Amino acid sequence: MTGLILRRLGIGLITVLAVSVIIFFGTQILPGDAAEIRMGQQATTENIAALRERLGLDKSYVEQYLHWLGNFVRGDLGISLSSDVPITNLIGDRYKNTLFVSMLTALIGVPISLALGIMAAMFPGSLYDRILTFISVTLVAAPEFFTATLLVLLFVFALGIGNAVVVGSTDGKGFFELIAHFALPIATLSFVIASQLIRMSRAAVLNVMSSPYIEMAILKGVPRKRIIFRHALLNAIGPIVNVVALNLAYLVTGVIVVEVYFGYSGLATLIVQGVQTRDFVLIQGLGMIFCLTYVILMLIADIAAYASNPRLRHPK
Amino acid sequence: MAQQTDRTGDDIVFEARDLRIGAVREDGSELPIVKGVNFKVRRGEVVALIGESGSGKTTISLSALGYCKPGLSFTGGEAILLGENLTNKTTDELRPSRGINVAYLAQSAAATFNPSIRINEQVTESPVLHGTKTQAEADEKALALYHALELPNPETIGQRYPHQVSGGQLQRLMAAMALCGDPDLLVLDEPTTALDVTTQIEVLKAFKKVIKEEGAAAIYVTHDLSVVAQIADHIVVLYSGEVEEAGPTDVIINHPQHPYTKRLMAAIKPLPEAGQGEVSSDEHLRDDAALAAVGINAGYGGIGPNGEANIPVLRDINVAIERGKTVGIIGESGCGKSTLARVFAGLLPQTGGDILLHGDTLPRAVTDRSREQLQKVQFVYQMADTALNPRQRIRDIIGRPLEFYMGLRGKAKRARVEGLLEMVELPVQFADRYPHELSGGQKQRINLARALAAEPEIVLCDEVTSALDTIVGANVIDLLTRLRRETGVSFVFISHDLSTVSSFADEIVVLYAGRVAEQGSTDSVLSPPYHPYTKLLISSVPETRIGWLEEATETSEARSGISGTVQLTEKGCPFFERCPLAIAGTCDEIAPPRRRDNAGHIIECHRELSELG
Repeated sequence: MTGLILRRLGIGLITVLAVSVIIFFGTQILPGDAAEIRMGQQATTENIAALRERLGLDKSYVEQYLHWLGNFVRGDLGISLSSDVPITNLIGDRYKNTLFVSMLTALIGVPISLALGIMAAMFPGSLYDRILTFISVTLVAAPEFFTATLLVLLFVFALGIGNAVVVGSTDGKGFFELIAHFALPIATLSFVIASQLIRMSRAAVLNVMSSPYIEMAILKGVPRKRIIFRHALLNAIGPIVNVVALNLAYLVTGVIVVEVYFGYSGLATLIVQGVQTRDFVLIQGLGMIFCLTYVILMLIADIAAYASNPRLRHPK
Repeated sequence: MAQQTDRTGDDIVFEARDLRIGAVREDGSELPIVKGVNFKVRRGEVVALIGESGSGKTTISLSALGYCKPGLSFTGGEAILLGENLTNKTTDELRPSRGINVAYLAQSAAATFNPSIRINEQVTESPVLHGTKTQAEADEKALALYHALELPNPETIGQRYPHQVSGGQLQRLMAAMALCGDPDLLVLDEPTTALDVTTQIEVLKAFKKVIKEEGAAAIYVTHDLSVVAQIADHIVVLYSGEVEEAGPTDVIINHPQHPYTKRLMAAIKPLPEAGQGEVSSDEHLRDDAALAAVGINAGYGGIGPNGEANIPVLRDINVAIERGKTVGIIGESGCGKSTLARVFAGLLPQTGGDILLHGDTLPRAVTDRSREQLQKVQFVYQMADTALNPRQRIRDIIGRPLEFYMGLRGKAKRARVEGLLEMVELPVQFADRYPHELSGGQKQRINLARALAAEPEIVLCDEVTSALDTIVGANVIDLLTRLRRETGVSFVFISHDLSTVSSFADEIVVLYAGRVAEQGSTDSVLSPPYHPYTKLLISSVPETRIGWLEEATETSEARSGISGTVQLTEKGCPFFERCPLAIAGTCDEIAPPRRRDNAGHIIECHRELSELG
């Protein structure tokens, strides 16, 4: 078990290193270099050469890469090319927004979705199951802005609750104030992740429900609730945690439409800005943060899956 | 235990009255599976339901729990447990009696135990949930059962997870799970079919003992008449959902009346004895071996610094398969039989020694072998279910090797597919079917036809009859015999079933823990001198004789060897722990010498050949 986790950690580290190589050298292919972009209109050959030397751009790519990676490990993501401030400052508040939204969505959306999915697996083919299937399939097909628009129409315009955009700062707000602050983005994203989580948790539990040991539990006279929660769920944890982790990673990195729609700034809008202004130092930094988010979440999911498997926990 | 008597006052625990069970087809019509079955089970009595797969025996046995497999439902008659009809009850109404009045033991304990829950919780779950015992009382009962079932470390075995105990132990633990609630009726569904003969004896003995001690009645479902003879009081013979014949065990076994019962009796495998091995015609014989293994070492877990596998399994295996001959490889699970087949096929590259095809060394890995070399050696897997692609028609499954090896297309390919189907005695119309439309025996024939399509010289058969019923399995063996005569192909026949191997093989290799225990012509292996392990295997093959079980468990081989498990050892003879003739200080320290007589009969043992009667 410990060996497995260490190996899994090693694989995660290799993944991060491989991605760092791709991100660094991938952005080097872009036309122009940091010095030219930073100087902009005032670029003269001498200016650029001087700046190149100051930024270390005259060194070999390998040296530049190692320097960049070393800085990243120390938490220094470099200076933005377009706004001349440290990337960490740019990220600061936005990371807070993204983190609040994704964590609150996870706290609210994930348990509700799993409960709904597992309930559907308890009564497969029932009216409840069919309605839930219909709704979750519809939600899969609906784009985020559509769901968001419906929610705004319903709550803000029809019921007159809250604002159509996120306004004000998060500073000094408590848990419930934060939920109220981000209510509509959280609701939209909960719907987005719910469809997949419901489908997957239902499928994972149903898959286990067809195994011989569940039939045995039925023949032993074990009540349905205990069959699901004691016998089936334990064996369905592996696939479920993986889907949860993938969805959480999406919440951190892929919610650009929701950020733009509700007008708050998070990491996803920031990376789009980076691309628009050819600010590849920013792109590199954010790329690494997204990569780390994925790797860490998948690592946690795998460790949870190992821990739920008695064959790995208690080898022969 | 609820001491209830039924309506008639007779001590009947379960009765099926004109019981009918059917499946509903997609078009709404009903397909009858069980067609009006009647039988009774009295207290303290074991009633065996016997028949081939498809006879409805499992379906009938499950009616004692009021349960139908998904897709089936009760369509008529009554299943009366302790005076109450179960066929019209809901799951909630049935729950109180399940596990308490009636308990179920399935064929595969490995699949029946939840892998994520400790054994003791699963064993005690039913009575505790039903409130008939407190957890402490149930634990006490479980412990008593572990002792009664002669499980190792009874005090702690309940704290383990199912994957941490052996298959035979798990099968006995399932019996403990069924008995923990003190049921009036036990339903046992083929509980020993998947076990090695040595393990089967041990489990049968334990079942028989606890059924007697607990005073429970039992329904015992099996297709194996020799097992029935050991354990049942009454026999009900089923065919296609109907009772063909019923009566006391000695009457049915010794004086069967119905033609189907007679056929079942005839399909019982002869006991492994010298003199019955197939002697093939000389027409195809040549001096050179078609396939030979020379000094093979192989194993799993990667290759260590010394060039050997980290988990070595096979050690110094030498086998030569002559053209048109059959070599049987036998041993319990874990002895390395399939490993050897995988080495032959190149699926597991050996770490030492050579595989020779007509005297030429074959590359170790299958990926390095040429198309021609691949064609000559074909593999037939045990599980036709998983070996055949469910999404391909039979035509494509058999056609693929024809295209790949022979370059056949179009009309020629179609004609050859039909020829192969005829060769394995299946109608040519089967070409357009999918595997799931075929029965187990038919699938195994397709599996064979697929291998034969390549026109191989050697076919590796890995337990090809083990998953089949007696009659169906016997038919497959007849087919193999005929194919060998007609095509001159050689077979490597791997099985844990000594009776099947001895009726079919020219030569037998007995493997134990990756080493050759004994090897030679079928006659010489099955007659003295025996390796002690061969003797244990022979004496463990069940006989269709009432009282055999008691005699068999009294022999010295059985007493020392039956309850052991196969363990790979670093030094000495791996059979040491289970051997009645073991010499302490020698057998556990020094690898046994290879003794051979003039006829090429090999026994690896520290004892002299003259001592091995």
